[in-house]
Amino acid sequence: MSYEFLQILWFILIAVLWIGFHFLEGFDFGVGMLLPFLGKKDEERRTIINTIGSVWDGNEVWLLTAGGATFAAFPHWYATMFSGFYLALFLLLIGLIIRGIAFEYRSKDSNPKWRHTFDWMIAIGSFLAALLLGAAFANLARGVPIDENMMFTGNLFTLLNPYGLLGGVTTVAIFLLHGANFLGLKLEGELRDRVNAAAKKIWVVSSVLYVALGIFTYVAGFWARGVVNPGFVPIAAVVVLLVTGYFLNNKMEGWAFIMSALNIVLTQVTFFSMIFPNVMISSTNPAYSLTIYNASSSQYTLTVMSIIALIFVPIVLAYQGWTYYMFRKRISNDKNSLVY
Amino acid sequence: MDPITLSRWQFGLTTVYHFLFVPLTLGLSWYVAFFQTRFYQTRDESFHKMAKFWGKLFLINFAIGVVTGIVQEFQFGMNWSEYSRFVGDIFGAPLAIEALMAFFLESTFLGVWVFGEGKVPEKVHSAAIWLAAIGSNLSALWILLANGWMQHPVGYEINTVTGRAELVNFFALVTNPKGWLFFWHTIAAGLTTASFLILGVSAYHIIRKNHLDVFKRSFQTATIVGLVASTLVFFGGHTNGQYMYETQPMKFAAIEAHWETSQPADFSILTIGDLTGKQEVWSWRMPKVLSFLACNNFTCEVRGVNDIQAEYAATYGPGDYVPLMVVTYWTFRFMMAIGFLMILLTFLFLLALRGKYENAKWMKWVPWVIALPYISNASGWILTEMGRQPWIVQGLLKVQDAVSPNLTTVDLLISLIGYVVVYGSLAGAMVYLMRKYAVAGPDAAMHESVDVAPAVVGADD
Ligand code: HDD
Ligand code: HEM
Ligand code: HEM
Repeated sequence: MSYEFLQILWFILIAVLWIGFHFLEGFDFGVGMLLPFLGKKDEERRTIINTIGSVWDGNEVWLLTAGGATFAAFPHWYATMFSGFYLALFLLLIGLIIRGIAFEYRSKDSNPKWRHTFDWMIAIGSFLAALLLGAAFANLARGVPIDENMMFTGNLFTLLNPYGLLGGVTTVAIFLLHGANFLGLKLEGELRDRVNAAAKKIWVVSSVLYVALGIFTYVAGFWARGVVNPGFVPIAAVVVLLVTGYFLNNKMEGWAFIMSALNIVLTQVTFFSMIFPNVMISSTNPAYSLTIYNASSSQYTLTVMSIIALIFVPIVLAYQGWTYYMFRKRISNDKNSLVY
Repeated sequence: MDPITLSRWQFGLTTVYHFLFVPLTLGLSWYVAFFQTRFYQTRDESFHKMAKFWGKLFLINFAIGVVTGIVQEFQFGMNWSEYSRFVGDIFGAPLAIEALMAFFLESTFLGVWVFGEGKVPEKVHSAAIWLAAIGSNLSALWILLANGWMQHPVGYEINTVTGRAELVNFFALVTNPKGWLFFWHTIAAGLTTASFLILGVSAYHIIRKNHLDVFKRSFQTATIVGLVASTLVFFGGHTNGQYMYETQPMKFAAIEAHWETSQPADFSILTIGDLTGKQEVWSWRMPKVLSFLACNNFTCEVRGVNDIQAEYAATYGPGDYVPLMVVTYWTFRFMMAIGFLMILLTFLFLLALRGKYENAKWMKWVPWVIALPYISNASGWILTEMGRQPWIVQGLLKVQDAVSPNLTTVDLLISLIGYVVVYGSLAGAMVYLMRKYAVAGPDAAMHESVDVAPAVVGADD
């Protein structure tokens, strides 16, 4: 396999990992943020957590794999991005830590204050993670200051520009919608009605934000910085988001979930085609950008890693898919059947 | 404080913290899997209680291992970007494989085990916890192969154009003896850690005559496994030391406070250095034993710190190549002393199993043994890592050249203080829950109970 082919292959593979992560952990984050607002009683909150209880950790591994794969295939990308976005990533990590712990610990003590604290840690941690991920991706699309030595020269405030912030807030809204749609599929009775009502409101807000982000991207010229024109993909992303509202109004929860999932996938596809073959665009001078060519590992490493990915990615997909199938039933909030 | 010192403190603290929880996960997962399977085979309710009870403690511990592990995965890029650029070609591979091969397996099937009881067939439920245990231990293998490469780089070439280390032989990376020796020693240390937790907690309940069926059986199992595992830890550690003698002579001399080259070499039982840690004041030594430990005969030469320093300065340029001797020397002694103590203890427990040990007076001291493996685990890593200083990759890259150049002292103070505060609170919550569930016994773990003491069940928010 030629070197260039491998570099493109790994760009695509990393894109796939990010897509998988946003699609899966997207609804986890949404469910986490909705938790204190939708669950009024203790069993209700436990029920909501149990919709993602068995899967959230596996979903988070998509992020770890994306990180590891970036390290192995594009070390310079990993080095520049992770050191450059230092404080933002630190906050993201804090968000992931507090919510991960809270899932496991919130029901292990009956003190209402204890539970209250951990429930809010789930919500705040999920919110922080979604906001920062969105902001980070928006900044990758916009370009960040990078010098001729692949060194990031900005700081946290460089990332807090209007476009970055809009990207963060929009991501939060989209994940809320995705989470609500997922809950619509998993819950029963009164909780299900409550979540469906919330989903409709969230849909309005997220659609407005999403369209605004799209217009900003286009007007500011972040559109096609590399060699690919994303073309109809972003248009399709808007369309699926808009029809989500139709399905929500008709209580077609399965379709609504598929649509918000598609929206997330198409958004990610748009992002990666917008920047290709760059991986980090330099706003200082386009010539300083990191690309799949100057940031990658050697041909040998990419070959070895390709073989390993070829073997293990299908296996992982098979058993993760199988667990979703095993736990496909709705979750009732009957006290006796809840797992704590 | 400069960013390098702060980055080192941050990496050291977060990694040692991560590894406080990791060994218990590694070892206890096998126990839980075994008890779960025995329950399905025998239908004996005490096995069910054992799986549930130890499983609960396992999960409380596991959660912290997971969330602190995510930090580890990101820290190489965040704090050590120049390191990541230099070795990404090689070091990134085991990290990515670890996620793909191990973390997915572990997290997915642990979810099936926790939420699947009564929902999935028994065979599947039992297989799930075995797969999770295999996943955990596979993750250790890959991360230790990665770390093994930093201690003893193999299968690479320095690309003269880019100045980076590049992988040329994946097979050499995967079969690096250093990594496999770490694996042997660490897996056995994990089983030892779990065994000692089980011994301690079981003893607590045995003296109180709680659930004797569960705890006597747990105590017996842990005694036998603990004896085997701590013996394996010893042999693994000894082999580690011999390989260190060949591959990292400076570290070997540093853990022994062995200043001057000698043939044969004496083993230091106790050495007192001066406050700089660079000079010996007094020592008590066993003649020729160090030679034997290093190469299985009483006559071989063991090079001293001063000699190696001179050689390194000639090879790599002027500089201080001596690790912080006080730390390497004492951590090594702590680890070893406790290692022997644990073999002895489990052996004595084994003898006691034949009698009426549940009434023995010494049982009330047994809960304290839980602390032993924790001290050894932390000591082991501190000596492994600090003994390698000033190198981050032995002989290839120094720590001072590895740090991210764009980070400021303020950035690092924010993150370091942030981690200390968050990790500190986590430790508080975790110790509180571990204690509570350990003391409450199997009844609390059996009921999918809202709480151990079912007082305020279902309190509204
Ligand atoms: C239960 C924990 C435990 C116990 C009882 C011991 N160790 Fe250990 N030791 C570790 C836990 C550990 C560790 C944390 O797992 C380390 C760090 C890296 C590794 O692979 O294991 C380690 C590292 C380590 C190293 C450094 C390897 C290197 O850097 O190349 C040596 C030489 C030993 N050990 C030797 C021993 C000896 C001779 C012991 C005597 C019984 C012993 N250890 C007990
Ligand atoms: C989990 C067990 C581990 C523990 C307890 C541990 C402990 C430490 C400690 C105490 C330091 C600080 C040394 C100093 O600055 O003087 C350190 C440094 C370091 N370790 Fe480890 N380590 C562990 C595993 C690993 C592994 C598996 C890797 C790599 C895969 C690794 C990579 C590093 C790196 C990159 C540093 C850089 C900082 C430095 O050398 O100062 N460590 N570690
Ligand atoms: C410094 C290098 C290390 C890195 C980058 C690292 C990375 C990680 C990550 C990302 C996780 C979370 C996985 C999840 O979400 O399921 C994790 C957990 C885990 N790691 Fe590490 N790790 C390091 C050191 C080690 C070492 C040395 C061992 C064993 C010898 C180890 C064994 C484990 C195990 C068993 C888990 C499962 C969770 C738990 O600890 O309870 N790790 N690690």
